[in-house]
This record gives sequence, structure tokens and C-alpha cells, in this order.
Amino acid sequence: MDFPGVRALDGVSFGVRRGSVHALIGENGAGKSTLLKILSGAHRPTAGTVGLHGRPQAWASTAGALAAGVAVIYQELHLVPDMTVAENLLLGRYPRRGPWLDRTALRAEAARLLRLVGEDLSPDTRLGRLPLAQRQMVEIAKALGRGAPVVAFDEPTSSLSAPETLRLFAIIRDLRARGHAILYVSHRMDEILELCDAATVLRDGRHVVTHDTLAGVTRADLVRSMVGRELTNIYHYRPRPGAPGGLEVRGLAGPGLRAPVSFHVDRGEIVGFFGLIGAGRTELMRLVCGVVPPTAGEVRVQGATVRGRSPRAALRAGLVFCPEDRKQEGIIAVRPVGENINLSARRRHVRAGFWLDPAWERDNARTQIARLGVRPADPAALMGLLSGGNQQKAILARWLSDPVRVMVLDEPTRGIDLGAKSEIYALLQELAAAGTSVVVVSSDLPEVLGLADRVIVMCAGAIAAEFTRAAASPEAVLHAALPASASP
Amino acid sequence: MSPPPFPTLSRRARVWDAAGMLLVLAGLFLLCALGVDHFLTATNLRGLALAVSTSGMVACTMMLCLAAGDFDLSVGSVVAFAGVLGATVMNATGSITAGVAAALASGALIGCVNGVFVARFGVNALITTLASMQIVRGLGFIVADGRAVGIRPAGFFALGNTAWLGVPVPVWLTGLCCAGFGALLNRTIFGRQALAIGGNREAAHLAGVPVVRVKIIIFTLQGLVAAGAGLILAARMTSGQPNTSQGFELEVISACVLGGVSLSGGVARLGSVVAGVLILGLVQNAMNLLNLAPFYQYVARGGILLGAVLLDRFRQRS
Ligand SMILES: Nc1ncnc2c1ncn2[C@@H]1O[C@H](COP(=O)(O)OP(=O)(O)OP(=O)(O)O)[C@@H](O)[C@H]1O
Ligand SMILES: [Mg+2]
Repeated sequence: MDFPGVRALDGVSFGVRRGSVHALIGENGAGKSTLLKILSGAHRPTAGTVGLHGRPQAWASTAGALAAGVAVIYQELHLVPDMTVAENLLLGRYPRRGPWLDRTALRAEAARLLRLVGEDLSPDTRLGRLPLAQRQMVEIAKALGRGAPVVAFDEPTSSLSAPETLRLFAIIRDLRARGHAILYVSHRMDEILELCDAATVLRDGRHVVTHDTLAGVTRADLVRSMVGRELTNIYHYRPRPGAPGGLEVRGLAGPGLRAPVSFHVDRGEIVGFFGLIGAGRTELMRLVCGVVPPTAGEVRVQGATVRGRSPRAALRAGLVFCPEDRKQEGIIAVRPVGENINLSARRRHVRAGFWLDPAWERDNARTQIARLGVRPADPAALMGLLSGGNQQKAILARWLSDPVRVMVLDEPTRGIDLGAKSEIYALLQELAAAGTSVVVVSSDLPEVLGLADRVIVMCAGAIAAEFTRAAASPEAVLHAALPASASP
Repeated sequence: MSPPPFPTLSRRARVWDAAGMLLVLAGLFLLCALGVDHFLTATNLRGLALAVSTSGMVACTMMLCLAAGDFDLSVGSVVAFAGVLGATVMNATGSITAGVAAALASGALIGCVNGVFVARFGVNALITTLASMQIVRGLGFIVADGRAVGIRPAGFFALGNTAWLGVPVPVWLTGLCCAGFGALLNRTIFGRQALAIGGNREAAHLAGVPVVRVKIIIFTLQGLVAAGAGLILAARMTSGQPNTSQGFELEVISACVLGGVSLSGGVARLGSVVAGVLILGLVQNAMNLLNLAPFYQYVARGGILLGAVLLDRFRQRS
């Protein structure tokens, strides 16, 4: 598969058996999503064929692929925020009675699909009101609704928390038992070893190896064939002395919170926020960072109260927020990577308050691209054409360009490969060592435990528990996150 | 292990992006020069430059507006209103300065109101400016009492009818606008912020871009420049005409689209917009010289627009 100037896939061949889950792994930009887009008919390969049940197929459109029986759940969601859940689920195949839309049938079928993925949701909810994880589940239900014999998942768990992930695994195992062929893309090796029967590794668009069985294959084996080297101790954790007076949040109240929330993060401290979907972590951080105005409470950065209720005011006080939903709130797809990176920190580097500083623009883009390993390493490449993980790296680069006092990151490593994750963890440790207060919201429990000095657990819109690094065992943290433990 | 060198995006695509419309313009110019009688005369070229100066000026600010993801349909009405108001004030006070100041201020005010509705109150720009387009057109007729207002201070006509170094003053002013707004778009933080807002408003907001302020400033500039264009037009016609420049907004937006500006925001390049303005002007001029009825010009303009957009789609596909 060639894009202008880029060979995204180069002579890749492998097979997926019926009744098996086949993992597709590789670093960011390896070509995994491109491969799935060929399966779904969104791209046409420049050479090679796709066979189904032993017969070569030639579909020229996404409709053709669906008709042939291939359903793909893309990495970025393709849902319409202004329509209801039901309308999204059955998009393109609304039930009709004569020329009219059959609303009753629409709702009934939508409810059936939601039950299929175990989501307890009204089909009439407007999609835009759902948190990212539930939108992801809707996307999955939408694809499963077609009953396609081949189902491909592109990083479905990157925005799910533990219970949804377990539910998804049960769904996938059920599909496997019923003889579907399943392709599964993920950067989480544990998931792959737990769920998958076979695995194909891609690197730079080329086929590295296919394991027909994962029996006897270890995590280290997979990582080595993916990255080309060993990766140990990816969190780079070093104990650091904290100093009081970083971020202080007192009695903050607002939409999404059940009770006023108070917490603090010292200078040079990394605090992890763990919780299940709907625990209110994203909502809390949006209140802290002025994205949503709080109804009560106070936020202090190094002793000074943050005035004004906008991201801009928060930034002025030295508080940055890296949002979770990179497609809607992070990237500017039509602008080059360099501009995406310089967007925020640029305000410190203008001449006479007005003119751009071309030298800084160029240097910062180049430095950050190298620092985070964004590929292609070209500041002029359009952001929208980068692979998902590389977009995420560029967004992180935007926030790391700015020397700040408090950095709040919501799911910072969503969709990032293991090697790059390790680099990012190292950067965060470095940042904290330099005295920044870091807040990491994550649904990835090992990440929270590996990275943070302290773990705060949220449940149902309030803080449920707090653990020091030493006391934070996976069982204890997970237990505190479950709703039952909130009401003894 | 170092990753293999990564090829950058196609160089050919970038060159086309930067210069595609300029090439089309050059080709068209050559065609006219060879095939149309009287095209390459100084008088005709001056007339052509004068004809595109109004839309060229307003296209500069329209480009900013589109870059930030908005529309402004009210520019044609502002052109007419500014001319009428300027004429009326000049006649009443006898002062050219007062007339010019009143017209410019009113244009800026209209633009600012548009901006406040769009940015602060979140009303769709299409709807806001559709409304203000009609309101302002109406106000123009009210001020003028439905008739053209002849301008008495004759010194004012110099704005439209004098030339400097052989080039008419309006053309100089348009050139100034292009240079100014080109610099604003490409060399200032303001231009980058406008493009970022057009590309993804939410992301820009979270990155600390003052979205509301930037949008209001853009609409205000748009009103100001449209009023300036209205004054120049009035000077050329020696009167303020309340019914002039109907459909002007579409002409300007067409030129921008022809110049590769994305209607969904975030993509704009001044050089191509200027080329777009010139292409439309050139075609109109050639058709005049060929003695084709003006009705055909509408058809031609629409056809060119569709053709250009189609060409662009194919280019992106390949
Ligand atoms: N439309 C496009 N035009 C040009 N290049 C593209 C296009 N789509 C993808 N690419 C490039 O192709 C390469 C493979 O991208 P792809 O999205 O398949 O990676 P991936 O393996 O899914 O990575 P990730 O783990 O980050 O999601 C990347 O270098 C990307 O920049
Ligand atoms: Mg991908």
C-alpha cells in the first residue's frame, strides 16, 4: 500500500483462521491501521489481494467489504455526536416501513445491540453526551450488529477501563466460539497473550513474523520482534523529594461530581488518578483546568488562586491540561505537525507581542519531534495523516513544549506503542524531578501503579481512596474503584 | 537501532499547493493575451486591475474569516452602506474626513456586532450574516432615502480616480491590503490562531487560544475593509449607491474557494486567493472584450468554480 511518498505496507502476507483471534502488533506507524483500512475497503491496495474463505476478493468500497462480510472497528471513532445512540448504531441501514423510518424497530434493534455489548444505555441518548469509553462500546456494537464473519478491532481497549475490557473479551471469545475470524490490534501485550491465539508482527510496513500459536511465546519475545530490542523497567521510576505547594484543589464542585472534591499534588510529585468509566476523573480534571466552570471551590497553583475560568486562565497560572479525546479536542488535522506542536507554547515566543519567531517555531518543532520520536519526523507533514499513536505523541509534544508548574494529562499514552510509552514515562519523571506537579489520569492500572508516587481512586463522582506508592497493590486499588466498596 | 529514514510527503503535491492556481492564472493570462484583441493594452489592463481591486481587498479579510471557519455574507451590503453613509455625512458636514471616518467606523461596528453574535453568543455565522446582510442593505436604503446620493466635496473623487506611478490608487490600496493581511496570516501569532480555530475550535480553545476575541477581531476587520472598499467604489462612481454590490459576497467567497481556501476552515493561502480573484476578473474582462452578454458571465463564473474544486479533488485523490 503506497501513499504519496510513503510506503505504508510492503508485501505483507498472513492468514487468519476461522474461530481464532489473530493479533496484529507493531510500533506506531507500522501500518496496522492501514492494513485494516484495506480490509474495510477504505483504501485500495497498490498490489496484492485479500482472500476470504479461500476465494480472492476485490471490494472497491466500504459497502462492498461489509457485504462480503468484513466489519472493522476503527481506531478513531466514526460516530455522529448530534444523533442518538440508536441512530448511530444503525447508521446506513435504518429499518423502514414503506418510505418511512420505522422508529419502533430502530429502537428495538438498537436496544438488542446494546444488550449484546452489555451497555445499559437508553437508545435515545444523544451520543455526544456519552464518555469516550461508552462511545467506543457503541462503535463496537455498531460493527457487531452486521453479523460479519470477519471482525477487525483497531485498539478497541485504548479508551476502555477494566470492566468494559473484560466485557469486550467475553464478546470476542463468544465470537471466536461461533467461528468468526477476528483480527485484534493492540499495544497491550498482556491483553494479547491473554486473548489471542496467533499473532503477526509488523515493523515499518513489513512483515516481521507470524506466530501461529502463542503457546510458549513470551511477552519479551513479542516486544523484541516489535521493537528490535529488550524493554525492561519501562516506568523509570525514581523516588524524588516532593515540596509542598504544587497544585491544591479545595472543595471543587460541578457537573459530574457527586460531592465536593479536595486534593493536592506536591511540587515534583506524580499523582495517578484511577477509576472506572463514569467515576468522574475526566470531569474533575476539566473543572480543575477551567474547561468547565466549577460551581464552587478553589484551585491554587503554587499558592496562587487561579482566577478566571478558561483554559487560557489556567495556562497563565501555569496549569496545562492534555485532554483525552485527541480527535475532537487535541489534533488540528488540517494543519502541519509543527504547528500543532507549537500551538500553545508559542505565546511565550512572540516578538512585540505579535510577530512569530520563525527560528523558535522551527527549532521547537524539530526538538520536540525528536524528543518524542514522532514519525514521520517532518514538521510540515499534515497532522491528520499521521498514525494514531504518532498523533498522540505530537499532542504530548505540544504540552511538553511549555515549561509549566502543573501538568494534568488525561490518558496520555492512549494508543502509544511500548517503546514510545517508555520514553514518555521517562519524560514525565524528568519533568517531576524538575519540580513540576504531574497528574496522570489513566485507566491502565499497571501504568498508574508504575508511574505514580501516590494513587487517588475515584468512584461514582467522588474520591474513594488514596494510596501511597508502597500501599498501592493492584487488588486494593481495583477494589476501591468498584462501586460496591463506596457504600459499605 | 535507528529507524530507517522516513520519506516526507510528496514534494509535487506541496509545489502544486503553493503555486497551482498561479500556474492556472499564468496560463489563462497567456491565452487572453494571444487570443483576445485589445487585451494587452494599458487601458484594458488598468481597467482590469481597477475592476478586481474591490473584490481583492475584501477577499483578504474574507480569507481570514474562512480560515477561522466562518462566513461573512454581509460584505456586499456593507460596501453599499458605507458608500451611502460616507456620501451623506460628507454632504452634511462638508468634511471628507468626517465622511470617511463615519463610513469606516460604521463598517467596523457592523463587523464587530457580527463577531459578537457568532463568537460570543454562538449563533451560526451563516445565519448571523444572512440577517445582517439584509438589515444593513435596508439601512443603506433608509439613509439614502432609496436614491443614489451624489457626493458634493469633489476632492473625495481623488481616492478613486488618481493614479500614482501610473497605477490607480485603489489598486495600490488593494496591494497594501494583500501585503498586510498576508503578513498577518503567515507571520503573526494572530494568523496562526485563526487557522487553528478553523481547524479545530475545541482544540484551539484548550490550547489557550482566545477563540472569542480572535473571531470578533476578524469580523471587525472584515467590516472595516468592506467599508473601505465601499468608499473607494463611491469615489469612483462619485455617489453613494444603496443598491450596488448585490451578490458581491458570493463573488468574494468564490474567489477564495478558487484560491484553495477550505470552507470548513483551517486552510488558507494568500497567494492563491489573489490568483483566484485575478482569474475571475480576467475571465470577466475577456468576456467583456469578446462582447459576450453579461448573462454568460454568471454561467462562466459558476463553471470555473466547479471546475476548480473538481480539479482539487482529483489532485487530492491521486
Ligand atoms: N492517507 C495517508 N497519507 C499519507 N500517509 C499515510 C496516510 N495514512 C497513513 N499514512 C502513513 O502510513 C503509515 C502507517 O500508518 P498506520 O496508521 O497504518 O499505523 P499504525 O500501525 O496503525 O500505527 P498506530 O499504532 O500509531 O495506530 C504512517 O507512517 C502514516 O503516517
Ligand atoms: Mg493505528
